[in-house]
Amino acid sequence: MNEFVERRVKLRFAEPRRAYDVVIVGGGGHGLATAYYLATRHGLTNVAVLERGYIGAGNSGRNTTVIRANYGVPATVRFYQHSLELYQRLEAETDRSIMHQKKGLLWLAHTEMGLRAEHARARINTACGSETVFVEPDEIKKICPQLDLAGAGRYPILGASYHPHGATARHDRVVWAYAEGAMNRGVDVVQRIAVNRIRTSGDRVVGVDTDQGPIDAPIVLSAAGGHVSSLCSTAGVRLPIRTHPLQAFVTNHYQGNFDAIVASTELLFYASQTARGEMLIGAEIDRQPSYSYRSSFDFLASCSGRALALLPFMANLRILRQWTGVCDMSPDYTPVMGKTGVEGLLVTTGWGTWGFKAIPAGGEAMAELVATGVTPDLIAPFAIDRFASDRTLADRGSSGTH
Amino acid sequence: MLRLPCPHCGERGVVEFRYGEIPTVPEHLVDPAARDLDRAFMRTNTEGIVIERWFHEAGCRRWITVRRDTRTDQVLEVVSRSSGQQSDRTA
Repeated sequence: MNEFVERRVKLRFAEPRRAYDVVIVGGGGHGLATAYYLATRHGLTNVAVLERGYIGAGNSGRNTTVIRANYGVPATVRFYQHSLELYQRLEAETDRSIMHQKKGLLWLAHTEMGLRAEHARARINTACGSETVFVEPDEIKKICPQLDLAGAGRYPILGASYHPHGATARHDRVVWAYAEGAMNRGVDVVQRIAVNRIRTSGDRVVGVDTDQGPIDAPIVLSAAGGHVSSLCSTAGVRLPIRTHPLQAFVTNHYQGNFDAIVASTELLFYASQTARGEMLIGAEIDRQPSYSYRSSFDFLASCSGRALALLPFMANLRILRQWTGVCDMSPDYTPVMGKTGVEGLLVTTGWGTWGFKAIPAGGEAMAELVATGVTPDLIAPFAIDRFASDRTLADRGSSGTH
Repeated sequence: MLRLPCPHCGERGVVEFRYGEIPTVPEHLVDPAARDLDRAFMRTNTEGIVIERWFHEAGCRRWITVRRDTRTDQVLEVVSRSSGQQSDRTA
């Protein structure tokens, strides 16, 4: 679909009513996708999505838009693979261009340890239905000719896992496609409304308090990104979440074609080219827990150094802009989804630095949980009780940012 | 970048420090297993003013106690526990 000829996205925002069947806190990708699937898959439209700023203003508008499923734990591989497939069909389903582009993704190894990890990744992915193969340096050079295989003498590229279905999409368009689809079916999406408190009665949820008065709802879903802990603490729910800033930057236009997405977990660095031709670079989270959106020069300096070691052509580019998001990090680098112990209060969190790719599957699964009251098998391993029952899903090496 | 005014070394970038969280387990949790679980995994994740410890790894290698606003990364107060001396530097 050509973005210049498609009809304009029509977003009709609502004024809040006093009661709904379901209130979703947070108008980002996850909140809006949940509302969309509640309306389309389950016919539930007496639903409100409450957004403090404007939709997509949080991490949905600040991420690096990579879609991939090359994780290291079977449960997450299956989940992200399903999400990747939903993304592939999203344009057809919503009749909206999300500028989805299949690019292929290289996950580089610079050490013997890294090589073992990437061999293992290829096998786990294959076993769980996601396509990933191990590739040697000569194939890497064919996939991404700009890479310096010597890694500037410091980070030699010894091999990589290659994930051919790795893709990117335009993040705003994903948010708008879900928002419009939900609105057209009767969901109320309200902007500039702050939820101050979750109201409970006994051990169940009865609604939320907002800066525009109380709203009643028997089901409240927190999809508030980095701010989830403050919100859920008002209902007495403690979460295994710590909020860390994550920075990224883009350069000016690179005139060559940089087709693949390149990532190195050992260097904590990843790069892709945007539809505008900019090089988009991300790296590790800031080490201190913080809600500050301030970007730093030190991040640019250290990240650029790593970028130049792998992609020497970037020395001729200039940095155009940088930004920061605040990420809800879980201890095992795997999402936390489902029931909270307070009846009617659901969370979709722990999206850390890997939330964008999960928007379709996360929204679909949460919608099923809201509509049926039963946790879908796909997200059952991500329940919060995994920490108490010693079934954590440690997968730091797949996050790309730690 | 967040900069911390070390009472011993002066103001330094956060990359010189190692973060030391002070775990806070809610008082109402009395069951030992529940307390262990909370201490191991759960986080208050305060959106506001926190008291935390930082180890000046690449400097004086002493622990300092910092009061910081996590909404702005503003450092409100730094205390050196080893000497008991309170820094008069505030951001």
